[in-house]
Amino acid sequence: MQLDDLYRRVIMDHYKNPRNRGSLNEDAVTINLNNPTCGDRIALQLQVVDGKVVDAKYTGEGCSISMSSASMMTEAVKGRTFEEAINMAERFSALMKGEDVEFQENEDIEALSGVNKFPARIKCATLAWNALRKGIEQ
Amino acid sequence: MNINAIREQFPVLHQEINGHPLVYLDSAASSQKPRSVIDAVTRYYELDNANVHRGVHTLGSRATDAFEGARQKVAALLNAESPEQIIFTRGTTTALNLVASSYARTVCKEGDEIVITPMEHHSNLIPWQQAAKATGATLKYIPLQPDGSISIKDAEAVITANTKIVAITYVSNVLGVINPIKELAAIAHRNGAVIVVDGAQSTPHMKVDVQDLDADFYAFSGHKMCGPTGIGALYGKKELLSNMEPIEYGGEMIDFVELYESTWKEIPYRFEGGTPIIAGAVGLGAAIDFLQEIGLDEIDKHEKQLAAYAYNRLSEIDGITIYGPKDNRVGLVTFNLDDVHPHDVSTVLDSKGIAIRAGHHCCQPLMRWLNVSATARASFYLYNTEEEVDRLADALIQTKEFFGHAIG
Repeated sequence: MQLDDLYRRVIMDHYKNPRNRGSLNEDAVTINLNNPTCGDRIALQLQVVDGKVVDAKYTGEGCSISMSSASMMTEAVKGRTFEEAINMAERFSALMKGEDVEFQENEDIEALSGVNKFPARIKCATLAWNALRKGIEQ
Repeated sequence: MNINAIREQFPVLHQEINGHPLVYLDSAASSQKPRSVIDAVTRYYELDNANVHRGVHTLGSRATDAFEGARQKVAALLNAESPEQIIFTRGTTTALNLVASSYARTVCKEGDEIVITPMEHHSNLIPWQQAAKATGATLKYIPLQPDGSISIKDAEAVITANTKIVAITYVSNVLGVINPIKELAAIAHRNGAVIVVDGAQSTPHMKVDVQDLDADFYAFSGHKMCGPTGIGALYGKKELLSNMEPIEYGGEMIDFVELYESTWKEIPYRFEGGTPIIAGAVGLGAAIDFLQEIGLDEIDKHEKQLAAYAYNRLSEIDGITIYGPKDNRVGLVTFNLDDVHPHDVSTVLDSKGIAIRAGHHCCQPLMRWLNVSATARASFYLYNTEEEVDRLADALIQTKEFFGHAIG
């Protein structure tokens, strides 16, 4: 078990310097999601115009994995159509299963592949992505 | 107390996790099991297995004797007046739900009060929320002192003549604080209320005397005290249990069944519908034997020493916050490291073979009171040593360094 596989530099960078942390206007789609087993929570906001996510911000509390994942996801989802966003969320699920997938939208996301070796932490990484799926369903 | 000899009896402790000898510091969530408990369960299945209280064959008698023998051991452990006051349940949760679903719904009405505290585990909180909603009773809280303890003065102010039930944990699974149950019982009784005690964190670690405490109901789980999962018990005063309605109906709990009416067996059987967890009860009996052979006073002493040692060692770490009072605590230490989330602490410790708990510990209201979303907790049992506390302290310092470096 190598801690460096999990806590890669790029993950720690997103944890320390979160991108898109904050709130959007009230008319943005807001999704509150928590992980009842551990207490992590996220409030994700998506600004949607014509079936496209034009802006995304989040607030929340959680560990380095859940918060850095939210930071990366919000960076990657901006400018994506619903279809593209769902496709990206599906690729993220595949990444968590240990599959070799690419994220041209934001290569930082690939750094989370190490989470796969820490089964107890997968739910941390997927919290923000589950919020994204829920938001798009809305 | 010879810790090495005790450790020898726990097979699971003798393994490496991620290349390091296992340091198991999560016994407050679930304890490890000694060989004698594992063997008792195996032996029961290999030699005595049959259903209880049914049939007249030899195995049926042996299984019944083993099951009822375990009930007697529980009664003796708690110093209950008689074994019929011990109801086997799935654990503390089921036991507390039984009181809340049966007793509370019969006794409480609009205008009555149910009194609890913000330090309760969800299993001693939600059943009372639901009982209050169902009966129109008001749920009230005894506030916590800044150190997480409760004061008798506050309890006297909150518990009134309208209070029907006071439900409180003997020992907090987060703060480690030991609550003054005997005094609270006296206040409850003075006001005509009963006291329900959550004994999940006390029974494994200290001598409990339900008569001395004057507890009306007392619940605990087997798996936190060297026994198997899926078994626990509810103690109740005889006159209370005798007037309580069952909440589960089926085999084992009936006296006569007619087409349109049925009558119930006497206590405790009327609360034990269906085939019980027989092997679990047998394992719990073996766990009680094991603990009593060592002596609960000895175990209590050992854990308090470890807790004090851990409190001091961990206090030396820069940027650590330890929750709960310094004194009057059992063998657990709940803490947070500045700038490192408890999940991350737990993952780093696991990489060094150290198992602790991270999260809200089924105490979301208490987490809000502490103003945190989660905490880390190291909890100790009779098999833990000062060397293990040292390994924890060293690993926490390394965790800080690792994260300090990683997030620069």
